[in-house]
Amino acid sequence: MGIHRGHRARPAEWLAEKFIFLVSLTAILMVFLIFIFVAREALPILFGRMNSAAARPAIPAREMDRLKPEELREYLGLTAAEFKQLDKEALQALMEVREEEAKEAPKNPDAQVNTTQWRYLIGPHQWADSRPEERYVWQPVGRIHKYNLIPLIIGSLKTTLVALLFSVPLALAAAIYVSQLASPRWKEWLKPAIELLSGVPSVVLGFFALIVMATFLQGTFGYESRLNAFVAGIALGLAVIPVVFSIAEDALTSVPRSYSQAALALGASKWQAAWQVVLPAAAPGVFAAVVLGFGRAIGETMIVLMASGNATIVSWSLFDSTRSITATIAAELAEAVFGGHHYRMLFLIGAMLFVVTFLTNLAGDLIMHRLKGRLEGRAK
Amino acid sequence: MSTAPPNPPRLDFRSRGFDFASFAFTGVTGLATVFILAILAVILVNVVWHGWGTFSWRFLTTGMTTAAGGAKDMFNAGEAGVLPMIIGTALRVLVMTIVVVPVGVITAVYLTEYAQSTAWSTRIIRGAVSNLAGVPSIVFGLFGLGFFISFLGRGLDGGALEPHWGKPAILWASLTLAVMTLPLVIVATEESLRAITPGLREASLALGATKLETILKIVLPEALPGILTGGILAVGRAGGEVAPILFTGAAYYMRDLPHSLTDQFMDLGYHVFILSTQSPDIEKTRPILFATVLALLLLTLSLNLVAVLVRARVRQKMRAAH
Repeated sequence: MGIHRGHRARPAEWLAEKFIFLVSLTAILMVFLIFIFVAREALPILFGRMNSAAARPAIPAREMDRLKPEELREYLGLTAAEFKQLDKEALQALMEVREEEAKEAPKNPDAQVNTTQWRYLIGPHQWADSRPEERYVWQPVGRIHKYNLIPLIIGSLKTTLVALLFSVPLALAAAIYVSQLASPRWKEWLKPAIELLSGVPSVVLGFFALIVMATFLQGTFGYESRLNAFVAGIALGLAVIPVVFSIAEDALTSVPRSYSQAALALGASKWQAAWQVVLPAAAPGVFAAVVLGFGRAIGETMIVLMASGNATIVSWSLFDSTRSITATIAAELAEAVFGGHHYRMLFLIGAMLFVVTFLTNLAGDLIMHRLKGRLEGRAK
Repeated sequence: MSTAPPNPPRLDFRSRGFDFASFAFTGVTGLATVFILAILAVILVNVVWHGWGTFSWRFLTTGMTTAAGGAKDMFNAGEAGVLPMIIGTALRVLVMTIVVVPVGVITAVYLTEYAQSTAWSTRIIRGAVSNLAGVPSIVFGLFGLGFFISFLGRGLDGGALEPHWGKPAILWASLTLAVMTLPLVIVATEESLRAITPGLREASLALGATKLETILKIVLPEALPGILTGGILAVGRAGGEVAPILFTGAAYYMRDLPHSLTDQFMDLGYHVFILSTQSPDIEKTRPILFATVLALLLLTLSLNLVAVLVRARVRQKMRAAH
């Protein structure tokens, strides 16, 4: 009997350890699956295999026999399972419908356009049925579906900008106060109280912005449309404050006490120690807080959906009604045909959102990790 | 022979006179703190003030069908109730908890008890956990639709024309929320596992217990408050989330309560959204809207409050242990 009782001696222990390890991989698996399954629905657009043209060339129904089954399936836009369940007569009927559609297609120069191509998604295009000043249009209804992403991206950036301008100064000031200036007894109360704000669901913040704040702010500032990027941005800021606050507070607290004590011993006042010694030492953490706050703001859905007015206008004015990427997904996915181009387009902007937040999170985490390593005197 | 200088400089650490910069700095940062708390207070007071009148026992315990079996007007404050929404929210949160707590706790056990902090696998797991915490809630909704409903659900149906699994349901909404709240549970459990003194584990191992026995009988019972915090935080967060369940299970209106996990459900948070954006007459709906928000806030904030209190005790213990 040796003292070393390795895994060999206890198969149950070995099994348990492997099981625990496997379960702990769930988080990795989930991040991976989220990316795969959101991107999967968007792939046909990414590779240009989707055609959203209102008028598609039709093949006369009587020429059905000349098509191979696979070609026919593709032409009718059916899945393999659906195709298998239809008999020849049903297929013939579908082809006739297609022929009718082609005859009735709008006599519009844009009818032939596949609007899911990248140049229509990002570049300007003068549509025959929209006004001359509207060259970037998101309008996935009607005969010609217009999918320009620029209005949505501008909308998201506008609300996020307002949210950060409103929340970052407030949250940082509060973080400095709570971590450096408040007495320990107050700190114990203030920190959880501010973090309680993160316990308010975003749908409640959206409700509050829509029902209470919108009217109040319009009365105060006197702008025209009641719901706009400004109102949404302020409400969004309320959701961002606890994020920025807790990360910045964490970074400021992780600066060793000896830093500020040394400054105080040299005759600095409390605020000088906080402002000139602790804050610079924690600067990367403050930056990380802002980066993660950005990620939170750009990904928030319900607040923007309820308080921004949801008009897809290209405008840099903060007081115009706007529509963000997230709100577009939430508002339109229920109406989009399963597997259609509108559906896939919404997954595409969702995948873009995922990539953006993935990168901001990665950056924020790396910065925090390095900062803590440096402050604790670890190598690198 | 040396003599002491006739006038030794007096040491004085108190600031001379009124230090305006110090006052202004403390004032500005303090005001910012007060301002944030004031906003929180305004929201809470406003909701309680306007919602209290309608927030009654009848409101909480009646559903959407009248005694005769007809449908009630859900925008009418006089007759509508929120019982189906409370049940729907409770159900989806319950199923989520059953899934997320074991997975989260086991992951936290791996990270604190088994993993070597420098191993690449540990780093990737940690990275994935913090990344998962930052994924926008609407992307979770898309994921739930793309993976659970159209991949798993339709896979289970096997191409049947009448989908049984491949449609929005409590089950899929709960699983989506479980993925979303996984990081909360992991982080909270890990924190409480780290708060346990290494001495306790060593004592157990020295008495001949195996690592697994130590974890099951010593470590996990000690960490129970932290595990509880994680669970409560997850429930509080998920209880108010709307975006992930928009396409995975929430229903605009249902006459009956859900009967099985493959049914859709009405939801408290989604109902707040419906009442504030879809009402034909917002003035008439206002009382019931505020009362519904009050119910939702009571649920999420009370859970958060409990989590904060438990967490404060865990942190105190941690300070005592190290």
